[in-house]
Amino acid sequence: MTDNSKVLVVGEYFRGQVISATSKTVNCASQISSDVDLLILANDPEIANQSRLFDGISKVLTIQDAIFENPLASVMAPVIAAIAKDYDCVLVPSTTFGKDLTPRISALLDVSQLTDIMEVLSPRKFKRPIYAGNAIETLEVNEGQKIIATVRPASFKDVGNSNDAALSLIDLPNVEIPSHTRYKGLESGIQERPDLQVASIVISGGRGVGSSENFDILYQLADKLGASVGASRAAVDAGYVPNDMQVGQTGKIIAPDLYMAFGISGAIQHIAGIKDAGTIVAVNKDPDAPIFEVADIGIVADLFEFIPDLLSQLD
Amino acid sequence: MKKILVCIKRVIDYNVKIRIKSDESGVVTDGVKMSINPFDEIALEEALRLKENGNASEVIIVSVGSDGVQQQLRTGLAMGADRAILIEHNTILEPIQVAKLLHKIVDQEKPDLILMGKQAIDDDASQTGQMLAQMCSYAQGTFVSKITVNGNSLEVVREVDQGLETLEVDLPAIITTDLRLNEPRYVKLPDIMKAKKKPMEIIDPSTLDVDLEPSISVLKVSAPPPRQSGVMLNDASELLAALKEKELLND
Repeated sequence: MTDNSKVLVVGEYFRGQVISATSKTVNCASQISSDVDLLILANDPEIANQSRLFDGISKVLTIQDAIFENPLASVMAPVIAAIAKDYDCVLVPSTTFGKDLTPRISALLDVSQLTDIMEVLSPRKFKRPIYAGNAIETLEVNEGQKIIATVRPASFKDVGNSNDAALSLIDLPNVEIPSHTRYKGLESGIQERPDLQVASIVISGGRGVGSSENFDILYQLADKLGASVGASRAAVDAGYVPNDMQVGQTGKIIAPDLYMAFGISGAIQHIAGIKDAGTIVAVNKDPDAPIFEVADIGIVADLFEFIPDLLSQLD
Repeated sequence: MKKILVCIKRVIDYNVKIRIKSDESGVVTDGVKMSINPFDEIALEEALRLKENGNASEVIIVSVGSDGVQQQLRTGLAMGADRAILIEHNTILEPIQVAKLLHKIVDQEKPDLILMGKQAIDDDASQTGQMLAQMCSYAQGTFVSKITVNGNSLEVVREVDQGLETLEVDLPAIITTDLRLNEPRYVKLPDIMKAKKKPMEIIDPSTLDVDLEPSISVLKVSAPPPRQSGVMLNDASELLAALKEKELLND
């Protein structure tokens, strides 16, 4: 199904390590073509070196320069656009890094962009989610047009690490690098619990939790399971928890392996944020709560009796 | 800072369960409640607060869409925007085309700051702001949850996958707003009455010299595969057994 178009994957890394979303984007690229190059813009040469292991790539292109010390979209975009001129397709992980960067590349090349490829149907035909995954769009990029897209990491598996691809050190293209944006820092790992968007288990509470203090029991359960804690919009609006914990269409859209909803009725906008979860468990007093319609496992129970029981059995 | 331009999109209200047309040509919008894209509403709220704090003198809202968008622009005016611009167009455009149309408005209005939501909750594209920033050669701050004005630059906090990133961006700049930035105000009845008198300019996109032919074809819009129906269990021990069987518990 692949063709011989030339695909460029823009690699993302964090703290000296290429991240899994890059590997997943390489996987997507391999489904489009067998001619895939990976571009690493980094100040640290080791990042390009470790990327040579990814199965499916022909070579790793890298520019080593201090301007790439921090990931600034306005700095990276003109460099990538210059390199992308020789490629038929440019793919970037659909992370906050890729979403920030890719549209600037598209604008520079005057190419219409696709966001969040979730499936490759043919080298020019793709599926992507819209309405927070409540509908799926099938799109075809017109013949002769360059493809620029971000790739939804949750939809692809990592590629293997048994390659020994060539490393090609290239010069910084002669492009104007703007100075209007200055990186000031990153506050990371401030939460004691795993991040909502990467946690494999997420425990969430809704209005049924009743108060800010009552959320403690959810934190206890989360800590026991190594889980992150989220909340419904109702719980946020009621002031039980800050709004960065909100899961849903207007909050965070998450896809953990296990999602456990306590005292959440299951408003449409909440469901939109969790429908990609592997297994959804719902515990609610109300047997008619709509959350039970999407739950893989439902339990009609009072969460204040249920969670202590669960905690004691986990000991 | 004098002028702030806020870009808003009319979308199906976030509380509505969308329905897919039986011919899979799109999503049903007839007779469905429409609203300002929630992230754009946050952008407008931030612009209004910047004006109220003396950091700006005028807030202009702009949208691209059908004449129905006038309703959302009136809501924006009722929230406190000074005037509105509608680029009236009836088919769905690609984000790059919307960015090109907005670029023309930026050229006309020369705002010091452009705000819009980090994405629209219909197409979830998250492209227009960044494209517009590149077209204008402006700095951008995307997914922003805090804005501090420092003379001719802004310090912005961005919600990125790895945590909270801080950037300093020179004005003029484009900021796309995330959920945590603020909580938009409710519109009061007297403001709705006042908004009726505020100016709204309607622009025909054919006067703006932007190619509006699609370069990506939407072949169909379909429903996601349904989840398998679930099971009801009775208590914590049954749940624990089920989760252990599925190997879902961390060691």
